Amino acid sequence: MASVAPPARTPFARVSRDIIGALWAPEWRYRAVMGVLVVILSWAGFAWVYQIKTGMGTAGISHPVMWGVYITNFVFWVGIAHSGTLISAILYLTRSGWRTTINRAAEAMTIFAVMTAGLFPLIHLGRIWYFYFLAPYPNQRFLWPNFRSPLIWDFFAISTYFTISLLFWYSGLIPDMATIRDRMKGVTGRMARFKEKVYGALSLGWAGSDSQWKNYRRMYLYMAAIATPLVLSVHSVVSWDFAMAIVPGWHSTIFAPYFVAGAIFSGIAMVITLSVPFRWALGLEDYINEYHYDNMAKLMLLTSLIVGYAYIAEYFMAWYSGDAMEWESFRWRAVGAYSGPFWIMMTCNVLIPLLCFARRIRRSIMSMFIISIFVNIGMWYERFVIIVTSLAHEYEPGVWGLYTPTWVELSITAGSFAWFLFWFMIFAKTLPAISITEVKESMAEGYWKPGDKKEDS
Amino acid sequence: MAGLATVTATYGDIHTVVGAVRSIREEGCKGIQVFGPIMEQELEDAIGKPPSPVRRYALIGGVVGCISGFAITLWSSFYYPLVAGGKPLASVPAYVVIGFEMTILFAGISALIGMLIHNRMPTVELSPAHRPRYSDDQFGLRVACDSKQSGKIEDVLRSYGPDEVHVDG
Repeated sequence: MASVAPPARTPFARVSRDIIGALWAPEWRYRAVMGVLVVILSWAGFAWVYQIKTGMGTAGISHPVMWGVYITNFVFWVGIAHSGTLISAILYLTRSGWRTTINRAAEAMTIFAVMTAGLFPLIHLGRIWYFYFLAPYPNQRFLWPNFRSPLIWDFFAISTYFTISLLFWYSGLIPDMATIRDRMKGVTGRMARFKEKVYGALSLGWAGSDSQWKNYRRMYLYMAAIATPLVLSVHSVVSWDFAMAIVPGWHSTIFAPYFVAGAIFSGIAMVITLSVPFRWALGLEDYINEYHYDNMAKLMLLTSLIVGYAYIAEYFMAWYSGDAMEWESFRWRAVGAYSGPFWIMMTCNVLIPLLCFARRIRRSIMSMFIISIFVNIGMWYERFVIIVTSLAHEYEPGVWGLYTPTWVELSITAGSFAWFLFWFMIFAKTLPAISITEVKESMAEGYWKPGDKKEDS
Repeated sequence: MAGLATVTATYGDIHTVVGAVRSIREEGCKGIQVFGPIMEQELEDAIGKPPSPVRRYALIGGVVGCISGFAITLWSSFYYPLVAGGKPLASVPAYVVIGFEMTILFAGISALIGMLIHNRMPTVELSPAHRPRYSDDQFGLRVACDSKQSGKIEDVLRSYGPDEVHVDG
């Protein structure tokens, strides 16, 4: 591992070495996975081009279900994006030390998930070349967007979220980039010079003086403080895409908190799903261990209980309101044509996470990995159930209908997972996947050190 | 004529640096600069520099963002009036969302810009006092003082067990 010399003499230097050491030239397994992802992506790209060329009829969405798998994916990926900023901002403000080693990867996930989510409204739009109509810009027809529309709110919320998450993530990377730059100075070879230049440029000339740290820490604190209401607002706005409509099953005041809890729930699950192979592949088992999974499991359990409560409260309200339409919509959800997805959702999101009450399961990385996959599936189905069953079974029995996704929609859905993982894989090999600075901070505070599987939280 | 001297000491532990900085300040020396891979509140307080101006950037950015969010929504409602059902032209509750998002966006961007301006970043020229290990596992403590004082400062710094001490001037 010549590329990360000089050798590690102190605990701090060992942290730098371990984390920067993961940035080696990729091995064959990495290349193989990337190859598979590129194949899936190309297939999805083909499906999209086919849809653009042939028309929206190639997708299964049609009257009455005009929002299908594309919007499901949009909401799902925005949800995945939520845990990153939660872990990095909210847990930063509450001084939860266990976030230290997972925040960088979770923030990266946020950015890639927003990049994935952002594609779906465009894919759903059909005539993608008109998407810029969403942006407010002066034009010859004196037209401005309808700012009363939740879809425009969404455009503003998602683009703000993406920008702020990116800046927050990048500003967290600055001192780490400087660490890589400086470590490369002790190494010979053209590759080391190249890395020194690239990471040096990305570090923007960070020198680590106390006055720089002072401004930096203030900035980071403010970023965290404003990202916290932002993360809550984004999924609230997404939920209002539905709740502002009068469709039974959508028109509910519970939607904003319910969606936010669901988003954090699915996001944490995705962090667990990705971090298990990731810590193994990069040899960072000491940095992300039982202690972190234990805490993530607790957060997942809490949000699962909130989501489970929301499911039940929705049913109670539908029944208690005495509104026949509302009640029929909810009855049909559980026993109608889409009862399969509904019960998958209930099992995966409400029942299976209850296993996290057991300490043994929380601290078993393999079981957390498996549970998290169930939660990912369950949360995807949750969005599907909310969107499709409500539209398929609205007020007029005459316009009830069913929806089945076509191969185009399914290919693009598969492609979205490939797209997300593709970026995540690139991130894992090019940037320090764990915050070097924050690990050192928690060591200096005596809070936690690599390899420590401490019990409390 | 007594010139200026710079005494530089490197340490491996941030808590030692805190102690050293406090002792130097007791000596009445103010020109302290610390380099390191991490920073703690305790050390920041010990160095005792004035609060960071970044907070003003965040505040001003947030206020400007909020105003601009409401401004564009309200202005465009009147600029192209569309009367729907005799309702007022501007729907203020709906515009709260846009105003809120713009507040966050502008506050975040301007906090980052403020940090960059006051840290003199981006730059190609690193501070000449910077050394590669300062971003890895060492803390550098530089004290600028009167050259008559430098011997005393050096003794204080040595008493904290530095890895090395260096006097210029």
